[in-house]
Amino acid sequence: MALLLKNIRVIDPQQNLDQVCDVIVRDGKYVQLGQDLSIPKGLTRDMTGHIMVPGLMDMHVHFRDPGFEEKEDIESGSRAAAHGGFTAVLQMPNTKPTIDNAAMVEYVNKRAEEVAKCRVYVSGACTVGREGKIMTEMGDMVRAGAVAFSDDGSGIADTGVMRRMMDYAHQFGTPILEHCQDKSLVGDGQVNEGAASTRLAVEGWPAAGEEVEIARDIELCRLTGTPLHIQHVTTAHGLDLIRQAKADGLPVTCEVTPHHLFLNENALDETYDTNLKVNPPLRTQADNDALVRGVIDGTVDCIVTDHAPHTAWEKDEEFERAPFGMTGLETSLGLVLTQLVNTGVIDYNRMIELMAINPRKILRLDPVTIAEGQTADFTIIDPDAEWVVSVDDFYSKGKNSGFIGAQLKGRATDTYVGGYATMEDGKVQ
Amino acid sequence: MAFNHYNLIDITELSRDDIMTVIHTAEAMKEVNQREIKQLPTLRGRTAVNLFTEHSTRTRSSFTLAEQRLSCSVLAVSGSSSSMTKGESLTDTIQTLNSYNIDLVVMRNSYAGSSVKVAQHTKAHVISAGEGKHVHPTQALLDLYTMWRKLGRLEGLHVGFVGDVSHSRVCGSLIPALKIMGADVTVIGPQTLLPDDPSVLGIDHVSEHLEEVLPDLDVIYTLRIQLERLETAPFPSLREYNMLYGITEERERLMRPDAVIMHPGPLNRGVEIDSYIADHPKRSLVLDQVFSGLCVRMAVIYLLMGGNDNGVVA
Amino acid sequence: MTESQVKSICMDESDVERTLTRIAHQILEVNHGANNLALVGIVTRGDVLAHELQDKIEAIEGVKVPLGSLDISFYRDDYTTYAPEVHATNIPFSINDKTIILVDDVLYTGRTIRAALDALMDLGRPARVQLAVLIDRGHRELPIHPDYVGKNVPTAENENVRLFLKATDGFTRVEILNIPKGGRPSSAPLSSSAQKASGAATTNNSARTPQSQNSTTDNQPNHQREGSTN
Repeated sequence: MALLLKNIRVIDPQQNLDQVCDVIVRDGKYVQLGQDLSIPKGLTRDMTGHIMVPGLMDMHVHFRDPGFEEKEDIESGSRAAAHGGFTAVLQMPNTKPTIDNAAMVEYVNKRAEEVAKCRVYVSGACTVGREGKIMTEMGDMVRAGAVAFSDDGSGIADTGVMRRMMDYAHQFGTPILEHCQDKSLVGDGQVNEGAASTRLAVEGWPAAGEEVEIARDIELCRLTGTPLHIQHVTTAHGLDLIRQAKADGLPVTCEVTPHHLFLNENALDETYDTNLKVNPPLRTQADNDALVRGVIDGTVDCIVTDHAPHTAWEKDEEFERAPFGMTGLETSLGLVLTQLVNTGVIDYNRMIELMAINPRKILRLDPVTIAEGQTADFTIIDPDAEWVVSVDDFYSKGKNSGFIGAQLKGRATDTYVGGYATMEDGKVQ
Repeated sequence: MAFNHYNLIDITELSRDDIMTVIHTAEAMKEVNQREIKQLPTLRGRTAVNLFTEHSTRTRSSFTLAEQRLSCSVLAVSGSSSSMTKGESLTDTIQTLNSYNIDLVVMRNSYAGSSVKVAQHTKAHVISAGEGKHVHPTQALLDLYTMWRKLGRLEGLHVGFVGDVSHSRVCGSLIPALKIMGADVTVIGPQTLLPDDPSVLGIDHVSEHLEEVLPDLDVIYTLRIQLERLETAPFPSLREYNMLYGITEERERLMRPDAVIMHPGPLNRGVEIDSYIADHPKRSLVLDQVFSGLCVRMAVIYLLMGGNDNGVVA
Repeated sequence: MTESQVKSICMDESDVERTLTRIAHQILEVNHGANNLALVGIVTRGDVLAHELQDKIEAIEGVKVPLGSLDISFYRDDYTTYAPEVHATNIPFSINDKTIILVDDVLYTGRTIRAALDALMDLGRPARVQLAVLIDRGHRELPIHPDYVGKNVPTAENENVRLFLKATDGFTRVEILNIPKGGRPSSAPLSSSAQKASGAATTNNSARTPQSQNSTTDNQPNHQREGSTN
């Protein structure tokens, strides 16, 4: 089966490539890039006005499978990923049961093979049951295909456990992805501590509750030499700590989410919109600005969604009872294009680094690049498509987006994994 | 006078004139409550649901009496008797009650935002009788009414709140209300008991030293202090709290001659307030607050449930 | 809001004066003096008239009869569509076993008087209640009949009879006005909320006196405001 994409603008900073050309894909690989190409048989599509980039990867998603399939499962989650333009995701292990052993890793991989519309990589848990106490069989999970370890959803409270676990993980070369949250400082924190927690009169989640653990983990990274990836950084000072660690030459990387970049605590009002209840919480405008600066200057390595679907009835509970999290796979690219690329804050090359190249680098995966002979995982973007975020448009089971009603410009129209379309012309296949 | 409000949840939706309307209406209710026949026919045939999913005796009694004195039928739904304890969601509970064509929901709930949520699911008027740790609008109004009666004004009053400001529903509603009325507000307590960001509530001054500010205050509002779990306690002992922040006979000497003491009840004698002050015939307004509560709640119910054509000039 | 058209002036200051004097005489005649009498005026206007009747009775009989004011807001039958500004009832004497002269400005449908009788009965058990009104404009909807009438004024339903009093309005006069479309019939201009919003407390135990209630009523008559229960 051959595919010819005509007149498409191909951008791949890894190849120093930004040109309008024709692309031939055959048997899952790029066969030829050039002008005025034709194929004897197969599908030819005119993609004038569209942009082709290496397949996007979101290294922070919750597919809830197994255990919470009413919120999302690997099938629906991967369809949402395809719809958002992603060809690969990294699934977090806070499922039920926890992905803390090789059998669970194998389950996800097998299930993904059967139903997924994108490549699903697995992060195993660092500690058994994500309880922060006993190390998991990381070696066995690596053999089963785990590419990273994380207790995402909570921080590892015990510094000794964290150090031992990092020391042990060193042999596998896999990064430790850390959700930085000091439990004793955060407690039942619901929203950013300060103006918002006072205004809404719910428990505060102080910036220090995040920064204290970032600082600790950077020191442990210095001690152990194990790659450390700080998940969903939200505060200006937290980012400064990471900037300094990088300057010190430590193997520290970090990610930010669109909601921490583009939303802040001011969005929370007396309606107590539970879709805006996220962990870590929405911070301040000053933090938004600092994160954007980090995106520009390279301190931020990648943009992830922390896609956290929940059922409508769970999010219909009172704010303090409702679960944390919002979905993100289907809005992320549109938001980044609208808020950062269209405005000239960053260019396409930087966007591709943040959303396609760096996640794979951090996870030590093979790069996905647009060149003859390479696997054809790519995303096609219509930069001019104007659209309004609507739950009706979501493939995810979760409708808990904090961006409902947002007017965006630019979105993925086609997603190809291994040369086959998972989304074509806006429709997931 | 135009009191164009459907619900009473967020005190900051009321204007200065609205609050004075409540106070003057409460004054009329006071006269009613002093009669031999303490009942008005105004709400005959209407149904109020008192949806209290959190324990409360005082506020609940006050609202029940207020509704009954306006001839309203009252249905009491409490946390322990409702199916909410069986895991029913608040949305389902209110939709069920709403099917009875109720006219008023008075609700107390420990979760922030629950009153607004209920209001979204019923056509009945909603009055918050305490929510989360910041909403208690009728308490704020009854306190304003009490101050107004005793001191003759609200504007320019200097009110000091002593104690657990950060977890106080009284403060969450009364402080913004006092600011609407042009009063000056100081909060006094250790930083463990103060709000994350005092300026958000409109607090003018923050002090950790009671003696320094006592001589400046017209109203000393003491807050109920509870020591639940020692491990997470914001102060080491009740004894030490009384030593540093208790309103004692000794500290009374620092007060202005006409300064008054208020407390939302129930009192912890010997902790935040000593009996000498709590029972002080001239200074203590504690029982006035209870009576004001009845009058103000009748006034609020009357004003909210009356026709919307209430004196608005087109 | 469209202002009402003044159609005619049916009483001037001296008419009102003479009429009140006559009603005072009638009250004393019917009741054989001022013994056991008490005046209760319905706010806002009846209370002012009651005050004037008290003065006149005192001038004639040398007796100052007890005077009270009655707010009927809580007893209205149209509360669900129209919740008026509340004034505290102030009857500083026991009405038990007294002859109560209920005083209002304009008698119209009779609904105000029905509410006033209910309100009165919640305060005690008077020996008897008599009704004195300055104007009876007809159109009764309830079986209410006045004992003392200043003047019968035939009116159409789209007309309004409005009493202005020196104490509250700066001049005394009874006007007949055409009600603009969509307006409500009413008799008394609405009192200003300005005074109430000032934050000034009435520190004595009694509610505000009729005088103070109306002392700032200098705003324009508001036809949409007052109820149709007269």
